[in-house]
This record gives sequence, C-alpha cells and structure tokens, in this order.
Amino acid sequence: MNKDLTDPTKSKIYEALIDQYTSVEPDDPLGSDMILNFGPQHPATHGVLRLVLRLDGERVIGCVPEVGYLHRGYEKLAENMTYHEYIPHTDRLDYLSPLSNNMGFALAVERLTGIEAPPRAQYIRTICSELARISSHLMATGSMAMDVGALTILLWTFREREKLYDIFEVLTGARFTTSYSRIGGVAQDMTEDVEKMIWQFLDYLPEAIQECERLLNRNRIFVERCDMIGIIEPDDAIAYGLTGPNLRGSGVERDLRRDTPYFVYPELDFKVITHQGGDSLARYYVRLDEMYESAKIVRQCLEKIPKGEIHANKPKKVLPSKERVYTRMEEMIHDFMIVNFGIHPPPGEIYSAVENPKGELGFYIQSKGGGVPWRLKIRSPSFVNIQSLPHLLRGVMVSDVVAVIGSLDPVMGEADK
Amino acid sequence: MEKRSIGMGLEKTMSDSFITTKVNEAIRWCQKNSVWPQPMGISCCAIEMMAFASSRFDVSRFGSEVFRFSPRQADLMIVAGTTTYKMAHVVRKIYDQMPDPKWVIAMGVCTSSGGMYRTYSVVQGIDQFIPVDVYVGGCPPRPDNLINALMMIQKKIEREGSKEHHQAQPIYLDQPPTISV
Amino acid sequence: MIAQRAAEKLKERFPDSVLSVSEFREQLLVQVETSAIRDVCLFLRDDEELQFDMAIDVLGADRLVVESTSEKADYINDPFDRQIRSKKQEISMNERFEVIYVLYSNKHKEYVRLKVRVAESGQKVPSVAQVWKSANWAEREAYDMFGIEFEGHPDLRRVYMPEYFEHFPLRKDFPLMGIPGSLPLPDKQ
Repeated sequence: MNKDLTDPTKSKIYEALIDQYTSVEPDDPLGSDMILNFGPQHPATHGVLRLVLRLDGERVIGCVPEVGYLHRGYEKLAENMTYHEYIPHTDRLDYLSPLSNNMGFALAVERLTGIEAPPRAQYIRTICSELARISSHLMATGSMAMDVGALTILLWTFREREKLYDIFEVLTGARFTTSYSRIGGVAQDMTEDVEKMIWQFLDYLPEAIQECERLLNRNRIFVERCDMIGIIEPDDAIAYGLTGPNLRGSGVERDLRRDTPYFVYPELDFKVITHQGGDSLARYYVRLDEMYESAKIVRQCLEKIPKGEIHANKPKKVLPSKERVYTRMEEMIHDFMIVNFGIHPPPGEIYSAVENPKGELGFYIQSKGGGVPWRLKIRSPSFVNIQSLPHLLRGVMVSDVVAVIGSLDPVMGEADK
Repeated sequence: MEKRSIGMGLEKTMSDSFITTKVNEAIRWCQKNSVWPQPMGISCCAIEMMAFASSRFDVSRFGSEVFRFSPRQADLMIVAGTTTYKMAHVVRKIYDQMPDPKWVIAMGVCTSSGGMYRTYSVVQGIDQFIPVDVYVGGCPPRPDNLINALMMIQKKIEREGSKEHHQAQPIYLDQPPTISV
Repeated sequence: MIAQRAAEKLKERFPDSVLSVSEFREQLLVQVETSAIRDVCLFLRDDEELQFDMAIDVLGADRLVVESTSEKADYINDPFDRQIRSKKQEISMNERFEVIYVLYSNKHKEYVRLKVRVAESGQKVPSVAQVWKSANWAEREAYDMFGIEFEGHPDLRRVYMPEYFEHFPLRKDFPLMGIPGSLPLPDKQ
C-alpha cells in the first residue's frame, strides 16, 4: 500500500521533482540526469530529513525536500491538554535548546492571559534562554564541522555541552528535557551554587571556543568547503521567511530580542551579529560570534539579578509552590483546580514569538475560554528554513549538500512538530 | 527451539563436544566485546546517544568503537526517537538489511510504548513491527542507562549466542547486573 | 502604530473586502473577504509606506464545535469540563475553516494579522505563494491538516502525513488516536 516503496517513479514527490525543470524521463538511458535519494536515514541530515535530488553528473539541478517522518501530532495534542500539561511537550520541539522553547511558550500563554512574571523570574528566564543558545550553537558548530570532515570539533563541543548539562541538572533537575518554566514564572529558584557554576563556565567558555576557532577559521579545507556554497541574497532570504542566524548571515539585521523586546532584553547591552555574504561560512561565523554575545548577556544578567519572588501573584492562574499547597487550604484548592481543569484565559487569539537559536519560534494560540486551547499553532523556524533548501542547493555538488544543510542547522523535532 | 551455533561442519560429526562448545564461547566473547551499533537516531534520544558516544560516557571502551551508519556493517540497532508510521517502513527496511546476528535496543519510552505521544501518527511501541531485545526507559534515558542496556545485550550474547533474530525474547532484569569481565 | 495605519489604508483601498477589524492585547486582526485576499496581500507587500515583506506564518483553524453527548454541559464555559462543548451546532458549514496570515514588516518591526473564512468543501482560497515564497509550505500544511484547498498553488501536496493518507488530522471530528487501519505498518514476520 505504500506506493513510495513499491514504485518510486509514480509517487507525487518525483512528479514535483521532474516538473520543476524540463520533463526528462527518469529511465532515459541516454540522459545524464540521475535521481538520488538522500534518505531519511543518513548520518548527516540532522535528523530524519529526506531530500530527493536530481543530479547532472555531480551537480544538483533540482531538489525536493520531504519532511514528516517525525510528525508527532503536537497541535492535535495541544487541543486535549491544559497549558501546564503542554510544557513538557515544548521541550521536545527544538531538542537542542529545550529551555528556550519552554520560556517562549510560557511567554505566549502569559501574554494571552494577561499576567506578567516577576523581575527575578524574568532574569532567570533570560539567563536560561542564553545558555540554551550557547548549547545549541555549540552543537551546530560541532555537527557542521563533523559533516564537513573535522570530527574532532564535535567531541570538543560535546565536552562543553556536558558542562552546560551539569548546570541545567542542578538548576532544573534534568539534563536535557527540562520543563523549567511555568505560567507566571519559573519552577524553582536559582540558588548560589548554580550562579557559581555559571560564572565558572563563563570564565572557561572563550578559551574553549577559541580552541575550535583555531582549528577551523583559517583551515584551508574547511574554508574551501564552505566559502561561496549555498548563497542566498538578502531579498530572497526575506521572501523565504528565513529567520535567525540564517538571515543574519545574509546581512539582514533582524533580531527579535531587539526589535520586539521581551524578558529583560531592553535593559541589556548586546550587539546583533550580522555577516555579509550569505554563504555557509557567513552563517558559521554568525553562530560563533553569537556565542560570545550570549556569554556577555549572561554576565550582565548575573550582575543585575534582583532578589524576590519567582511566581506571579495571581492565585487562580499560577501554580502555587509546593510548601504552600501542602500546608494551606486555599492554595490546595487552587492547585487542584489548575491541575485538573486548567487556567481559563479569556477568549481571544494572540501570536507571540521569541528568538530561538534556530530562528523565530512563534506560538499562535486561539482560546475560547476553556482550560485547553482551541487551536495552538507552532511556527517553527526549521520548517521554514528547510523550505529554502532547493534555492540554496542550485548548482552545488553532491558533497556540498551536506555542508549547506549543516550551515542551515535544521532540527526535525520542530520542523515536523 | 533449536540452538544454532556458528556454522560448523564439525558439529554434525562430533555433536556438541568439548571443543566446539569452547570455540562457541570464544566466538561469543569476541562478539560481545565488539558490538558495533547502527544508530537509528530519529529525535531527542539521538542527542543522548551522541552524548553516550562522546568523551564523557565513552562507549568505545565497551568495544563499540565506531557507529556504523550502514546497516550491512553493524550488528546492533539502537532505535532512538519517536517512530511514526511513516518512518516505520524505513526502520523496517534498515533492519532487514542488517545481516544476522543482530540485536535491537529500543531506547526511550517513545520506542518502547509510544511514550508521551498518544496520537494518530506515532506507533505505540516498535515491537509491533520489529523484535526487540532490550527496552530502556527514560525520556530521554541518561547515557549511563544506555550503557546499562549495552551491558545487558552483552550478557545476552554471552548467554545465548546468536539465533534467528525473529525468535528473540527480551531479557528481564530480575536482579541488578553484576559486573563480570 | 503601523498596524492601525495598515487597517485604515485597507479600508480606503478595498472598502468592500474588509469585513471587520478587532484588537486583543494590542494585536490587530483584520478579517478580509476570501476572494480578495491575494490583492490585499500584494497591496500590503508593495505599498511604500507599509512594506510587509515577510509572511511569518499561514495557518488554518477549524471552527466546528463537536456536539456534546453528556447532559450536563449546558453552557460553553463549564469550569468542570476541560473540553469546549455545545449542545447545538452553531457554526454553519459555509464558514467552517479559517485561514490566518501573520505578516511582519522589517521597516516598522511590527506584525499584522489577516483572517479569511472558507467553507468546508467547494470553495478555494486564492494562494499567496507567489506573493511570499514562505507561504508555499505553510499553505501545504494547511491543506494537509485541514483539507483547505488553495487556488494557484504551484505544488499542493501533503507535507506531514504520507501521500496515501486519506483523512485530514486536525479537523475537530478526527479523533486523537486516529482511525485504525488508515496507516499501514510493516509486517513483523
């Protein structure tokens, strides 16, 4: 019944591939066009992404990406669970920076409900988002270098990520899928041990990044494999909806932390990193420099962070802390109502976006006043970034396909939702 | 069920004598200490699998020196990540391409039972289309947990050797594993 | 505020097509007539003052309220029931689906949203895939999940579900666990 596996030439994806250019028979023995399946199981596709390439010898002349191998039904799930129950699901969207997704979702629901988290929680959220950005960019750099052939860099960046995992474990309780944010604040407070660990990590981070830079930035093989490969002009990048480091690598200065500020970014001093060129090397440089900027932001936050509450003071919408639930009657009733029946935001719809390491992560929530959302749409940056692959891959050779995908840095967990 | 040893013509003439059992044990010892995984990394568990392969929770000290992405060269398939119906055909195809003897680890709750995704597109457990040897719980399981699973596979190889994989029975943890070298 | 300015200019230029303008939490939502959406989008993109050059997202939504089988849910906002139910069908089949466009202007750094309503079957929405290339896959996703068809789309195929899947998953009458047998599994042997 799976027509894909039985007769590949009859499936619609091949029709899409052929119709884009001229109509050449795929079985033409005198033709030089070849159809190559860059399958879902591949070491370098950053997850389960399938590309069907049409090659003229070694050059790519057409490409049709196919996604959906990891479609888990997130949006349908959201219509059946309350906003608090959905927070662990947001971890698994961009699974390389789960803290960032948590904070984005909490911000969206808070904007819908009309509550605001207290200052200490906002500072903690900013710190978590920036640490998640460092973690994601380390992974992106490591895997791009590994795809191009420099296997050592991956092991070095993983060593740094393990240090970040230790910090997350003490702060949130889990290495990886943290579920740290709550509607109205964060789950637990940040203690002094965590602050000390973060300071130690920040002191060591520039040296670690410089170790990788020394091996890659002026390495002739790396530069030749990435320079002038996968070029996209600024106008095309805007038309394709690229966001994040991919857009900033083409020279367009768009960063939601500065343009539509949220959390405590208005009070912090940071630069928006852009590089001209639009090729894979420019995107790599953007990610590398953004790590230094993120470290700067975390330092400023740690110096300015005030003491105070971490939950907003709205009893019927915010989950109270556990000691109060076990000792006081009112909080126990609120906890029961919120966990079982959900917070009831007012009816309406909003769109709220944050700057994720991969691009702009947006949540469009339609609420009809019940405990569950009516419609939750996740605007995932990787889905939109992968859409520009046919444009980026025109005229490159097969071995450059891997470098381009690495520089675009897609994550299939959020592209497929 | 018939216990097949590694094809030896001697078996027929000498039928399970001292020499062939010792050779079997030696071969099993070689197999268990050089299990090369084929990482079917689909989603978040793949990141923990990569952490399990990198320097902190180094897996190459257990013999899994390289992760062979080509199924023809691997003997252990670690399915890491939520398997959807669309991906199930791909996983089955890769599994069929692996030569015997082969083993399968179902990493994480998504592969063991569908995990937190009880939806229309997620297969509720990969054992609906692949025989599984070890199930690892966790979302995602810590790399230490995955090392434990690898050690359980090693114990299974030592105990049972290779047989037709479709007759595979999962092993259960009755008591904590003892570390024996 | 560029969003208010955009709404005013749209009302001047397309007086019959702009059906309503609403605001919630300082975000503007303009409801537009379905057949005019492509002209409206071209105007928003090409006007020198407005310059909405990015289509951030195009999404579908279903307005069908599934009837409740229990006697108790007499009103929509029942605090002891999580699901939103109603005793009678209040949405007419002529406007079952909505398509919402989220647009962004890099010059003014602001969002504006447009909404159209479309019938369950028989009516097609003009596609804006030629206006912004990022709307291409987003419209494919709306087709895949709801069955909303877009007229003039270069390549309307399913994007998440396999090609042979016959249902539309995000519709309100499709169950969460799916329909048994709609997606085949390989044999266990």
